[in-house]
Amino acid sequence: MSKPSLKSVAPIGLPSLPTSIAQVGTITKYELLNYFRSRRFFVLLIIGIVISAIFTAVVGYYGIAYLNLTSALVFYSFWWGNSITLVVILSGIFFGGDAISGEFQNKTGYFLVGNPLRRSSIYIGKWIAALTASLIIFAIYAAIAVGNGIYYFGANIPYQFGDSLVFSVLYLIAVLGFTFFFSSLFKSSSMSILVTAILFLFAFSLIELIVSRLAQIEPWFIITYGAGIIGNVLMDPYPLTQSTRGPGGREVSTFAVSIPQGIEILVGYFVITAVIGLLLFERKEFT
Amino acid sequence: MSSPSIEAVNLSKRYGSFSALSNLNLKIEGSKCVGFLGPNGAGKTTTLKLFTDMIRASEGEALINGISVHENKKKALASVGSLIESPEIYPALTPREALSMVAEIRGMPRSERKRKIEEVVSEVKMEEWLDKKVGKFSKGMKQRINISAALLSEPEILLLDEPSTGLDPRGMSEVREIVKSLKQKNRLIFMSSHLLNEVSDICDEVAMIDHGKLLVYDKLSNVVSRFSGAEGGAIIIDVGLSREIDDQTVSRTISSLPGVVSAEKLEGKNLRLHFSGGIENQEKLLSDLVMMKIGLISFHPSSSALEDTYLNLIKATL
Ligand SMILES: Nc1ncnc2c1ncn2[C@@H]1O[C@H](COP(=O)(O)OP(=O)(O)O)[C@@H](O)[C@H]1O
Ligand SMILES: [Mg+2]
Repeated sequence: MSKPSLKSVAPIGLPSLPTSIAQVGTITKYELLNYFRSRRFFVLLIIGIVISAIFTAVVGYYGIAYLNLTSALVFYSFWWGNSITLVVILSGIFFGGDAISGEFQNKTGYFLVGNPLRRSSIYIGKWIAALTASLIIFAIYAAIAVGNGIYYFGANIPYQFGDSLVFSVLYLIAVLGFTFFFSSLFKSSSMSILVTAILFLFAFSLIELIVSRLAQIEPWFIITYGAGIIGNVLMDPYPLTQSTRGPGGREVSTFAVSIPQGIEILVGYFVITAVIGLLLFERKEFT
Repeated sequence: MSSPSIEAVNLSKRYGSFSALSNLNLKIEGSKCVGFLGPNGAGKTTTLKLFTDMIRASEGEALINGISVHENKKKALASVGSLIESPEIYPALTPREALSMVAEIRGMPRSERKRKIEEVVSEVKMEEWLDKKVGKFSKGMKQRINISAALLSEPEILLLDEPSTGLDPRGMSEVREIVKSLKQKNRLIFMSSHLLNEVSDICDEVAMIDHGKLLVYDKLSNVVSRFSGAEGGAIIIDVGLSREIDDQTVSRTISSLPGVVSAEKLEGKNLRLHFSGGIENQEKLLSDLVMMKIGLISFHPSSSALEDTYLNLIKATL
């Protein structure tokens, strides 16, 4: 005779809850449903399509010869390397900018938080939904770029574009990690969107510029510097940090992020902001 | 299977130097409805938020079925339905979708979801709106959906924070009926309210709170007898009769029954007695009236005794 296993016998009256992972899946599913119903997703989709349309029109109108797009690699560098970071940043602002603060301001978080699930499940579920929604727009954007590339240069897509694609997804992950963390610092939607937008659209690049040009320090602690690998990998040869003698004999360095370094920066940003963001959300009070 | 319980142990919550809840010790066990009564700002919502881990305690612990809510929220809330401070639902979702999300999170079997959702939504009389987007709903309609979300998984414990907030008078009475019907289903219901008649109408027991301090927790009838009758304050008892009664009987016989301070005839065939004498004498009064064969059909100690108690207790903490 086999002993009844203790584990399989749920206490009477206590409903057996889904695992936390299953609950994350549920949150993701309904969060996505909400995205697809909301204007925000379509606005970003249209922005992505408009940017793609502008590139398509410019290349179509001037032609690759006039634009000096001498090879497929140069073509992808011109198109993808110049624009994907903007698409990633906009995704971060649109889907992450008020991901957590909005739950407080609109009081939608109150609907979920009294249920038997971990707070981290809400955070992670929402994050995965934001990533999924961003990746859909990302995929459409990439498809249009590749479509044009194939049209002008044939089907042999340079492997560097594959690398750049992967780095862009990594950047997207890091940006969403950061914006989720950032949005859990605020209780007002518009405030957290505004601050995130300023940070990613101006502040980070500005700090990067000041630190590297004026202070002559490699800005390894700035996320946008790490994202440099997305464009750099599309350059042949890969750019290196260079030092030249400036006027007055002073040594002037131009920093270029290397691939391992860029990956480290992006992964580092993601891990650190994800951990802090989760901790902040765990401790946040629904007052 | 032990009976459901919620327990606060030295539970305190401070905001800066302001004490929203101080040292609450309260254990509620078994299937009953307990009204959590107190004026605005008394600390009711604060308490309920501590019981759902929406805020962190400054000291002490909130336990549900013996499990610390803060330490193990998922397990502690497994059989709890709550409605705290009128949450909002994603405006782009329909009630059916929002409730499906709750059903999935709570692990309701797929086969039951549709039926249960339709059931609770019709219980709050929102079936016409089941597939309309929540964004266009009025406050009262959203509150009805929130109530249905709390009921959805048939939880054995319900924590309701002023559930009739935002509803019109009809809605308020419908909510009361819903809560009353839950009492028949063996639930532990802990419902806050600042409305005395709501609590006295629905609940078996009352916990009164003011300025973050628990004033009393007891059966409704005990609270009344302990604080009004015993202290000499008179309560009002409305008596309904099936036939006319002559003035003599009222002014002589009834007025001189033990505990009766005064008796007067009201419109129709009703009497109003001012009575002071505690719960035992009240029982005796009722049997005396029955034995007089005056056609007694109702005997209703009005809530004013409780109201007096409430107001006295609140005044005392000022
Ligand atoms: N986030 C907060 N910061 C400061 N004080 C608060 C906060 N939330 C509630 N309070 C105060 O705590 C007291 C109790 O509030 P609450 O529990 O909401 O009362 P109620 O009994 O009306 O539900 C009130 O005086 C309120 O002003
Ligand atoms: Mg309140």
